[in-house]
Formats: sequence, structure tokens, C-alpha cells
Amino acid sequence: MHGLINRAFQSFVCDTYGEAIWETIVRKAALEVTTFEAMLVYDDQILFDMIRAASETLQKPCSVLLEDVGTYLVSHPTSGGLRRLLRFGGDTFGDFLLTLDDMPDWAQLALPELYIPPLEVRQTGPDGYRIVVNSPLAGIAFGILGVLRAMADDYGALVLMDLAKGETGLDQIEVQLLDVKFAKAREFELAHSQ
Amino acid sequence: MTVQSHDFNADVCQVDAVLDVVCPMHVRLGAGGEILNIGPTLRKCWSQHFAIGDPVFDAFSMLRPRAGDKFSDLIETAGQKLHLAFVANPETRLKGVLVPLGDQLGYLLTLSFGIGVIDAVRRFDLTSADFAHTDLAIEMLYLVEAKNAVMDETKKLNLRLQSAREAAEEQAFADALTGLSNRRALDQMLEQTLTQGNDFALMQIDLDHFKAVNDTLGHAAGDHVLTAVAEILRDVTRSDDVVTRIGGDEFVILFLGLVDRERLGTIASRVIERIEVPIPFEGEMCRISASAGTTLSTYYSDPTAIQMLADADRALYRSKSLGRAQHCFFKPEQDITLAQRAEDQ
Repeated sequence: MHGLINRAFQSFVCDTYGEAIWETIVRKAALEVTTFEAMLVYDDQILFDMIRAASETLQKPCSVLLEDVGTYLVSHPTSGGLRRLLRFGGDTFGDFLLTLDDMPDWAQLALPELYIPPLEVRQTGPDGYRIVVNSPLAGIAFGILGVLRAMADDYGALVLMDLAKGETGLDQIEVQLLDVKFAKAREFELAHSQ
Repeated sequence: MTVQSHDFNADVCQVDAVLDVVCPMHVRLGAGGEILNIGPTLRKCWSQHFAIGDPVFDAFSMLRPRAGDKFSDLIETAGQKLHLAFVANPETRLKGVLVPLGDQLGYLLTLSFGIGVIDAVRRFDLTSADFAHTDLAIEMLYLVEAKNAVMDETKKLNLRLQSAREAAEEQAFADALTGLSNRRALDQMLEQTLTQGNDFALMQIDLDHFKAVNDTLGHAAGDHVLTAVAEILRDVTRSDDVVTRIGGDEFVILFLGLVDRERLGTIASRVIERIEVPIPFEGEMCRISASAGTTLSTYYSDPTAIQMLADADRALYRSKSLGRAQHCFFKPEQDITLAQRAEDQ
């Protein structure tokens, strides 16, 4: 797994629950490293062990935890970079949803080793969208759900979202766009001011 | 005739509308080089500087394929890659191409910011709506931002690795107890100094009665004494001298550029004097002394590390055999047999 993901999880735990909890999780998961480097690649098992240990330590189901991580990645001030990169996806939340198909390609342009699960987006009605998450990694759809919720806030859109297993057995996120301009969108300029 | 003219005007409007969508950074020029239409992005950037009806060279200057200021020069480049500058902001460079649209419509000059797109987006506050849907500018801006984020992380990683490497190197060359350099560091410094051919003195110092402290007061007291001695040695030497602990109670000092026997003798006396001051440890007094021996690089026509270390050691043993607590220089004729050395110990 790309260190960026492990590092993001570490930052989430430290910023949300504090360093002491992070140290407990490191001990419980019997991790060999106490801090992750965002630009190195780690064995997948490390992330799974870490999530399980965090779920036990914080007494939260993995699904809730992963959704929180997704939201954190977009909305926390320390990770403003990702929010900006995602905003290149479209001018409105609807546009953004329709570019999710291309997300793995966009991600690989930036970091070739970064794994992003294939996402399939279909418009189910004038304001309805279905996002099918096609990944062998269980639970990753919860992380994506968290990212989408935070991005909806970022665009100032009011949405209903629901995660369920589809007929094919894959995770599906149903999005109902209730109001595209519910709140003021966070500012986004194409070129970062220096 | 009137109907025809009306149709023609409608056609022109439609062409301009198409151009506005397909190439929002264009100007349509008349047969004499006068501006007939301005694309919406160009209007947004520079509307205060030029208007419909102005000659094209009032707005742009041509840099390549050749400098020129006549419209006929521009027409000759039709189909070729153009480099232009905007007259009002010459630092903003533009790429472009001119194509004839036919007698009645004139010429199309379509432009792009090229590699300067990031500056332009910032300067003119452009949004994705200002670029054609087929333009890759947004992807380019995304890539630049992603690249910068990755570079930042990589730089941070490199800094952490660099300081980790320095710390590891320092540990490899330092004595854990006293923080002085260790044998490995001494060997390296000696080799380096010999290679550079600079003069230096090598002083070996052994503690006297150190074993007694260890035996009667314990190893903690011994460690405490060694730390105190290290502090004294650091104190009496200059910052660029190399003070090392090469074994249990053995120290070696490399005096760089110092071969003055009198000054070295003074330093050695001060070392011994200070080491003889009893060192308190948990209510007890640790009483030790020191013997020292020194050799100088100037004694040799071709000094080597092994020879000089051995000779400093010989001088040290002469000090011991003369009753300890003193300092001797190595004398080339000096020869202490192994039997005598064993006796000294």
C-alpha cells in the first residue's frame, strides 16, 4: 500500500485522537515502524492491522472509522492539498461526480504507484447518481463515502448518500443531489496563490 | 441584395459564436488586419487595452518566426507556429496560429498561453470556464499542483533521511559513554591528516589508579571518572583538536598543526594536574592521575599512523616507568623492551 494512505491514517488518528492513542495503536498492531513516510510503499497487511487495532482501541466499527478518515482527508486543514486536487474534477458537485470514473487515471498521473479502486459512475436520474466501487479491498467504499460527503460540503451541495451492496455484490453508493447551491462553496482558484 | 446581406451578417455572427466556444482565445481579423471579433477569454484578460476596430499590431507584437509589424508579415506565416507578446504586458508570451477564413470572413488568429498558463491563470483570475472544454490547461494545472505536493513530501523525506544518516554516522564515530570520538574516528582523522601532509602531534594518555577506583567503588564510579576526564580533555584542548577514547582508560589527542614541544608539554602538565583533582562520586572521592606520551609528525620523514601510535605508546610507557603522573616525548633512540613494559604493568 502506498505510504500516502498509511501516513494519512496516522495523521487522522493523531489529529483527531492524539499521539498517545496513536502509540497505543502502534503497539496493539505490533507495527515495526512508529511513523509512516508518505513517499515510501508499505506492505498491505500493515494497513489492515492498523485499521483493526484502531477499531479496537477506539471502540468504533471499521466502517465508521474509514468514513471518518475519508472526511478528514478532504476537510482537515493539514490535508488541504487533496481537497484542491479533487476540485480540479469539476465546477459543480454533479460535474465532480461524473469525473470519478477518471479518478484512478488522475491519481496515477500524480503518483504512478498509488492504488485507487476503479469507480463506475452512472446517472440514475436528473439528480441521482450511482457509484459502483469495484475493489477487492473490503471497506474501501466507506472511505470513498467519507471523501464524497466532505466534497459535497466543499461544493456547498446538499446531498443524501447511502452505501449498500448491489446485485453484483459490489459496494454501491447512491447519491441524491437535493440542492447544488445549498451553502456557499469553499473557495477554489485554479492556480494556488503563492 | 438586402436579404443576402442580412443572411451574411447572420452567418458571421454564427461563425463568431462558434469561435467563442471552440477557441475562446481568438481574434478574427479583417482583410486590413483590423480586429473584428475578440474571444471571451481574451476579452476577460485585456478588454481595457484593445477593442474591435483596432489594428492587430496595436494589441500584439510578433516575435517568431520573425519580428514584424506589417499585417502582410503576419499573413505570410499562415499555418505556422507563432510566438507573440501582448503589447500591454510584454512579459506574457502567447503561442498562436493564423489561418485565413476566406475573403469575406478575414483571418482567424487563435492563441494560447503555452507554458505560461499558470501565471496567466493567477494574473487574470481565470477559471475552467475560460478554457475550451478540449483544452488540457486544467489537467496541466492539476499536474503542476500534484507535482509540487509530491516534491514537497519528497524534500521532507530527504531531509529526514539526511539527518538520520548524520545521526547514525555520529553514533558510529562516537564513544557512547563520554561522547568523545572513538578509535574508528581517530583512524580516519589520522589517515586524513597524513594524506593532507599537515604537521600534528599525537598524545596518548592513560589513567593511573583507575583500576583501583573500579575495584573499590564500582563500575558506576569508574564511568563517572571517565566522563569527568573526557570533560577535562575537551576543556584543555582547542575546538579543532581531536580528542578520542580508544579503549577502557586510554585516550588519544590529535593536535592539528601543533608541534611546539613547549606548548604541548604545558598542555600535558595541565591535563595531569586537573585529572589529579579528586573527583567526588556519591560521597566518596575518586583519586586518580594520568601518564602521557607524545610524538610529533615532524620526527618522521614518512610518518605512518601505525608507527606514530606505537611511538606515542612507547613515550607513554616511559612516563609510567619513570614513576607515572608525568609526560614524555618520544625519543627516536628510546627503546623499551617488552619485558620492561610487562614489568610496568
